Amino acid sequence: MLDIFLSPNAQWVLFSTLILGTAAGMVGCLSYWKRQSLMSDALSHAALPGVVIAFSILGYKNLPFMIFGAAVSAFIGAWLIQLIRSSSRVKEDAAMGLILSVFFGLGIMLLTVVSRKGGGNQAGLDSFIFGQAASMVRTDVYTMMAVAIVIIAVVIIGFKEWKLFLFDPDFAKGLGLSSRLMDGLYLAMLVLVIVIGIQAVGVILMAALLIIPPVSAHYWTMSFKRMLVLSAIFGGGSGLLGTLISTMGKGWPTGPFIVIASASIFLVSVLAGTQRGLLVRALQLQLQRKQHRLESRPIPRQPVKEGK
Amino acid sequence: MSVLKVEDLSASYRKNKVLSDVNFNVKPGSLTGIIGPNGAGKSTLLKVMLELHPSLSGKVSFFDSTLAKTKRRVGYVPQRGSVDWDFPTNALDVVLMGLYGKIGWFKWPSKQDKELALEALAQMGMADYADRQISQLSGGQQQRVFLARALVQDADLYFMDEPLVGVDAATETAIMTTLKRLKSAGKTVMVVHHDLLTVEDYFDHVMLLNRTIVEYGKTDEVFTKDNVQKTYGGSLRWMKEA
Repeated sequence: MLDIFLSPNAQWVLFSTLILGTAAGMVGCLSYWKRQSLMSDALSHAALPGVVIAFSILGYKNLPFMIFGAAVSAFIGAWLIQLIRSSSRVKEDAAMGLILSVFFGLGIMLLTVVSRKGGGNQAGLDSFIFGQAASMVRTDVYTMMAVAIVIIAVVIIGFKEWKLFLFDPDFAKGLGLSSRLMDGLYLAMLVLVIVIGIQAVGVILMAALLIIPPVSAHYWTMSFKRMLVLSAIFGGGSGLLGTLISTMGKGWPTGPFIVIASASIFLVSVLAGTQRGLLVRALQLQLQRKQHRLESRPIPRQPVKEGK
Repeated sequence: MSVLKVEDLSASYRKNKVLSDVNFNVKPGSLTGIIGPNGAGKSTLLKVMLELHPSLSGKVSFFDSTLAKTKRRVGYVPQRGSVDWDFPTNALDVVLMGLYGKIGWFKWPSKQDKELALEALAQMGMADYADRQISQLSGGQQQRVFLARALVQDADLYFMDEPLVGVDAATETAIMTTLKRLKSAGKTVMVVHHDLLTVEDYFDHVMLLNRTIVEYGKTDEVFTKDNVQKTYGGSLRWMKEA
């Protein structure tokens, strides 16, 4: 079993899911405070038709081209969500749910058609649904890492700007920070992190890597900076852990294990998180009660006076 | 020199036209209260002037120039409810945001910037709350943080959207003291205001707005029973009679 970890290819894969998780955790943290967590779910599902169409055009698996297809399809999804929201009375969450299911349905339909008529080459396509980190080749890993590192850099360099944009976009605009630019940059990062993640994690579960880490991080801190760092660590950690476990069995999908790793971190955070964790809250209450008992001196009780 | 000049401004909000043919010229160093009934377009007027909301027609000039060229001289205090106060940050950090234009993009605030922000918080009587989470501040304290953020901007023209709504008496006094101090420092301030009873005490100029400007001028000249009734419709009882 251990020889798997020692093979250089496995090490690269592990490293790439670590970086991917880190980038996803950071972008997810932005989504969380933009109150658009569900958007990441909608967009990852919306990427599937693009992946399948890109594959059927070429007839074989080519990661950069499929990433391109996924990006186009996810952007169309994002654009449609905006269109539905702004041109009808449908609310954003309903619009996201609509796009999510329609695009995913379309993707599965196309996938069925392609695998009916195609040769044996399309077997790898299934990995785009649940993720198969082990099926990645060296160039895939390089592509993924390069994009992820760019995303991490953009979040870190613009940390102050992201904070302002997320907290008060109108004020940011007043200072000359274009919200159109920030919105565009945010959406581009979201789509990119999704499309580089779908091969490793899969379209269905990619959202878990974007939503769960920031939610867990919020249990530990009250500072945006620390929340961003923690979310990155939790995302990277779940990526690493999930991939590690999935390589233990032959053909085990990566996505579900990453989700379980991520969910375990969430569980620990809910219980033990230092800011909002249930245990900490209970402990604080106990301490306060004890202190209250010690502070209130035992004075003889006065008879209750009746008002007349 | 004109501080703010608005010509033929019109704007719509969703399906309705909320502002039409708005024309005015603001006197430098004045403290103006913008009053009018709900839906009169008071907040929309501020947003359209600041290009946060699209206009249908019209021209707005700041300091005989465009907003883009004079951004650093214009400060804006949005309605308190327009932001998410659960956002994980503290009071000092929010005030520092007022300095972002001066600090420059992608640069970190210096120690001096932090001192400036602390000073502004102290001016609003909030020095002890610098490290406090914004979610744990009262409504009045949150409003004072917003004011402090505007103060550090050191702008020449300020727009404030209902800074006195839902705040405690101490905050109201602190804010009005600050506004009067800004005025005596030669700054021009325009405030969307709700309370007709305090208009005469607080503002030297008043703009009566109901989809267009009904009257705009010195408070003692235009804040009359007739004009207020014209703005609000006949239903309003003039408080001086009450």
